[in-house]
Parts: sequence; C-alpha cells; structure tokens
Amino acid sequence: MAVLVGNHTKLIVQGITGREGLFHAKGCRDYGTKVVGGVTPGKGGTEIEGFPVFNTVKEAVAKTGANATMIFVPPGGAADAILEALDAGIALIVCITEGIPVLDMMKVKRVLPDYPGSRLIGPNCPGVITPGQAKIGIMPGRIHLAGNVGVVSRSGTLTYEAVGQLTALGIGQSTCIGIGGDPINGTSHIDALELFNSDPDTHAVIMIGEIGGSAEEEAAAWVKANMKKPVVAFIAGQTAPPGRRMGHAGAIISGGHGTAAEKMKALEAAGITVVQSPADMGSAMAKRLQAKA
Amino acid sequence: MNIHEFQAKELIRQYQVATPDGRVATDAEDARQITKAYGGQSVVKAQIHAGGRGKGGGVKFATDPDKAAELFKQLLGMNLVTKQTGPEGRRVFTVFISNPVDIERELYLALLVDRATSRITIMASTEGGVDIEEVAEKTPEKITRVAIDPAVGMTAFQAREVAFALGLEGDAFKKSVVFLQNLYRLFVEKDCSMVEVNPLVITKTGDVTALDAKMGFDDNALFRHPDILAFRDLNEEAPEEIEASKFNLNFIKLDGTIGCMVNGAGLAMGTMDIIKYHGGSPANFLDVGGSATEDAVKNAFRIILQDKAVKGVMVNIFGGIMRCDIVAGGIVKAAKEIGITVPVVVRLEGTNVEEGKRILAESGLNLIVADGINDAAEKIVAATK
Repeated sequence: MAVLVGNHTKLIVQGITGREGLFHAKGCRDYGTKVVGGVTPGKGGTEIEGFPVFNTVKEAVAKTGANATMIFVPPGGAADAILEALDAGIALIVCITEGIPVLDMMKVKRVLPDYPGSRLIGPNCPGVITPGQAKIGIMPGRIHLAGNVGVVSRSGTLTYEAVGQLTALGIGQSTCIGIGGDPINGTSHIDALELFNSDPDTHAVIMIGEIGGSAEEEAAAWVKANMKKPVVAFIAGQTAPPGRRMGHAGAIISGGHGTAAEKMKALEAAGITVVQSPADMGSAMAKRLQAKA
Repeated sequence: MNIHEFQAKELIRQYQVATPDGRVATDAEDARQITKAYGGQSVVKAQIHAGGRGKGGGVKFATDPDKAAELFKQLLGMNLVTKQTGPEGRRVFTVFISNPVDIERELYLALLVDRATSRITIMASTEGGVDIEEVAEKTPEKITRVAIDPAVGMTAFQAREVAFALGLEGDAFKKSVVFLQNLYRLFVEKDCSMVEVNPLVITKTGDVTALDAKMGFDDNALFRHPDILAFRDLNEEAPEEIEASKFNLNFIKLDGTIGCMVNGAGLAMGTMDIIKYHGGSPANFLDVGGSATEDAVKNAFRIILQDKAVKGVMVNIFGGIMRCDIVAGGIVKAAKEIGITVPVVVRLEGTNVEEGKRILAESGLNLIVADGINDAAEKIVAATK
C-alpha cells in the first residue's frame, strides 16, 4: 500500500484557479488521483475544469471529505495557506511553492507539533507519488513504475533521474517523496526513512541529498541505528565551490561543514551504498536488491 | 542579498541600535572635513561585501584630517584582497569615515537563522574582534547560543542571559539588553538571514556600540522590502550573474571548460559532479528553472558562450514542469541568432521529449544527441578533450 498517497487520497488544490495550480490539478487527475476540488478565496461557489472551487479549506473539507492538499499559492501567501490547511485538519499537506520567506516557514515549523494528525511535505518540492495509484505534485507520472523501492530526495529533477534509471532497469517504486530543498521544511529525510522502514511494500530506499546543513549526517546516524532495509544514496554538489548558494536555499556549504565529502563519509559509515556518479543510482540499487535476494 | 557596512549602520540606527557616527565620503576633501568634524581623527574604511577587511588593509586609522584625505585616495579604487574575497579580490567603490571610540572591551554578537533548530539563534562571545570561526573550533565553550521562539520573540530574560554571558554589568548591562532586543526586532521586521556585529564594543564611558555590522537578507523576502532592495550594489555581483538574473536564470560562473545548462538545482549540481567524474571540469552552474521560455534558454546559451574558456556545452534536461520542446526551441533559436561554434551535447528526457527531439532533428543543427546523463557526460568530455 506504499506510504502517504494512494487510492485513499482525496485531494484539493489550494490556488486552483492559478495557471500552475490548474495545470497540475489536471495532471494529477489525469494520473488517477481523486482531485475533489480546489480553494481560491473569493471564487467559492464557481467551478473550473470540472473542479468545484471553495473559499476556505474548511469548507472544502466539509463538502468533499478531502484528506490531502496540494499548495500552489504564491510565496507571499504560501505559509498562510499551509496554516489554513493545518487548521482545517488536512492529514497530508504538500506545498509545491518555491521561494517562501524563511521566517514565514519558521512560524509554520513552530506550530506543526500542535497538529500531530497532519504531515507537511515541502515546501519547494515536486510532491509525492505512489506509482499506479495517485500522485500529488508536478512530477511526470509516466516515468514511474509501481514496485518496491522508496525514493526520498531534496531535489526534484534528481528524483526524476533516479526514477528514470530504476524504471529503465525494470525496478518499480513504492512511493517517491520530494521533501524539498528549503532550509526549513516539514518532512525530513529521517521522517521519510521511518515511513519506508515500516512500510511492508517498500523493500529498499534511494536517498538523494545535497550539500549544506546536516540533514544527511543525521539521517546516516538514524539508518545505522534503525534501518532494516538497504539504502543507496547520492549527494549532489561534490564539485560545488564553498560559500556559494546553488539555487536551493539549502544548498550552501559554509566553513567546511555540510560538504559532500563529509556527508558521503557519514553515509558510508552507516552501511549505505554511496554512488559518486548520479548515473549509478539505479544500477547500485539493482545490485543491493540482488544481494538481498 | 548582502549589504555594505555603511548601509547596515544606517538601518540599525533606525532601530535605535547604537553605532559610532560615520558617513560615506564623496571625495578626499569630504574625508578631510568629516574627520575635522570628528575632532581631528577617524577610521577610514573600505566598503566591500566581504569580511577580513582590517587584515587585508582596507581599514586604516587617520591621525589627522590630512591623513584621512590621503587614506581615502589610497583606498578608493584599490583592489582589496581578504580572506573572504578569494585571490582575485574586490574593487573598492565606496569609502566610509567613522568617528573613533575609546574601546574598553571587544565582544562578538551575531543573529542568524539556524536551520538545525529552525529558529533565530543569538551567538555571543567575549572573544570579539577576532576570527569567530577559529573561536568556534578551538574554544567552543566561549560561544553562548540562545535560540529564540518565533512565536514569543526575544524575551527579556534571554537578552539578560546573553548580557551576563558577555560579562557585562551596570550601565553597559542595561544598554546591551536594549541593544539586543532592538536588533532582534530589526532582524524579524526586515527578514534578515544574518546580522553580525564584530566587534560589539563596550566603550570607556560604558556605552554599547556596533563598531562593525554585516547584514544578509533572505532573497525570498525581498519582495516585501523595497527599502532593502534599494541597497543592492551591482558592483558586488558578477556581471554575467546579473545578466542571468534578468531572465530568471540561476547562474554561477566556475573556472572549468564545459558549460552546463540544466533544469533544477539538484540535477545541475549532479551534472557538474558527473562531468568531473569523467575527468572534465564544469564552467558554470546553471539552473534554467521550471518555467523558462525559449528566449530564456537562448539567453542561457549566450551567457554560457560569453565565457571564452568554454570548449563545449552539455544540455541536461529532465522535464517535469520544464517542457523539452521549449528547451529544443531555445537551442535552435540560440544557434540561429547567436551562432554556436563549440560542440553541444543534448540530453532530453521527460515532458514532451518526443516533440523536443523532433525539433532538434529537423533543425539541421550539428548537435550530439545523448541517451542518458552518463552518455551525455562521456560525450561532452570526449568532445572537449
């Protein structure tokens, strides 16, 4: 049954009347996700491309029974959109929006523990997909194949790269989770690994990290202590010069900390197969699965 | 975005945070007059976006007004090399004249967004005026850290905790508490990412004052701070990066020979990594983003090819939001309008890939088509050998 999303998912889209919001609402519906409506304040009561539009998330939940939301609200209002979804009791909140001010996310992160029934994925992420069942996000659905490898990543396009390699080798995926590249996000590598560890449909995990911060080192320690399944990892930014911001707010190395070399060492020490080339993620996973079988 | 010391000081004064009097001098005569007004002595400071200015020779003491004028001429236009500028250094376009203070003690104070705790953290140390990274490494116990709850803000007891840790008492203690609370208010209201006061000075008369100030701001929040955006100094940014930002391209110049055009920051870094893995060296980081137009792709090519060190270009697109047909259209446009004289390896995958490949095939351009990221990296490295 994989994790987070599936046939049980009933999705609304916050910011559904925007160009991107509508495009990807349709994309999710085309993939098979039950998209039950959307929210745009002031446009409640209307309908767009067959989706009923509501003024508030609470109203959308009451009328549709939605249990998941995908957020496309522009950066200035995106943190507020997450708070509204939390307040409405939505179980799975996926925030795609890129460029949210970090102090706004700091407030969101502060109140997240007050909503133990909700999980936030992102922001600044491609979303979550359980191949063959449902997707919440902007990833190209057709590159995926249903199966038993979980993928967790801070980077969107590198996730596609990993998935593309797996699918080409005939290795399917249970669920792929893009946790986003921002310095403050809702779900961490460890959170995702925990979900995969206890999911019977996931037999192994690909973890894709980036330079900056210490999330990968923490994940390595967690894997060493808890993980029962093989893990393959790649860290992007081995050749990035220190002190430069490489697009994702998270991808900054400072003062020798958070370098790719440090992270790779920590991951290897935890028994994780670390590949040097991003082209080897799929084949390294194939080897780990063979060794297991 | 970073700002200059003189701008940071202007800002902190607005928040009633104490800092010595100081002004930007327009010319040598102005430097002389300002110094005269400060009682005949001043500190003459080169303004660049990098630390270590003192040790690099960018901060000088003027013993009299004539000396200030002389120092002004010396610093203006100089190429200042510090530990943080890299060997190429930075040109000095602005010189700041500061009123000297009688220093009793030098302390260290910084506020920053700490991603590990998801909070604003105060870092304070009695070891001011020195390289704080060295302090952190050798004597971490000399750095006090206090994390602020974003829902509550900085409380009085937390400000006192810092002041006690800095060993302050009497007037200086009280003043430092106010100093801290005002600085925190500025941090939050202006969406700072980092404020560093090094040194924070206790004067012989018991005043607490920011002798230096470095400030960085969250780029994502600049849309709500036009006043901060007005502080942007294009002299501090690489011309090709400014050019790229006009087309919403995220570009960073590196010193290799293979130009990279990729969508997504992670894949862009991964592409640099795989080029290196096969023995090549990337000339740049370039993320075209998810919503680039044909025009943006064309300009991406133009910016990459401006670098004469570039011997070939690797295009690596895994389209999710980004459509392959748009990328292909942009490549064709670039070839027609600006001409491409170096080998180009193209790897397209994802949304509308068939249409993208068709556009490239029908263009008649001499492109090297690659199947997968590994094949692309091998081909571009071979083509540029």
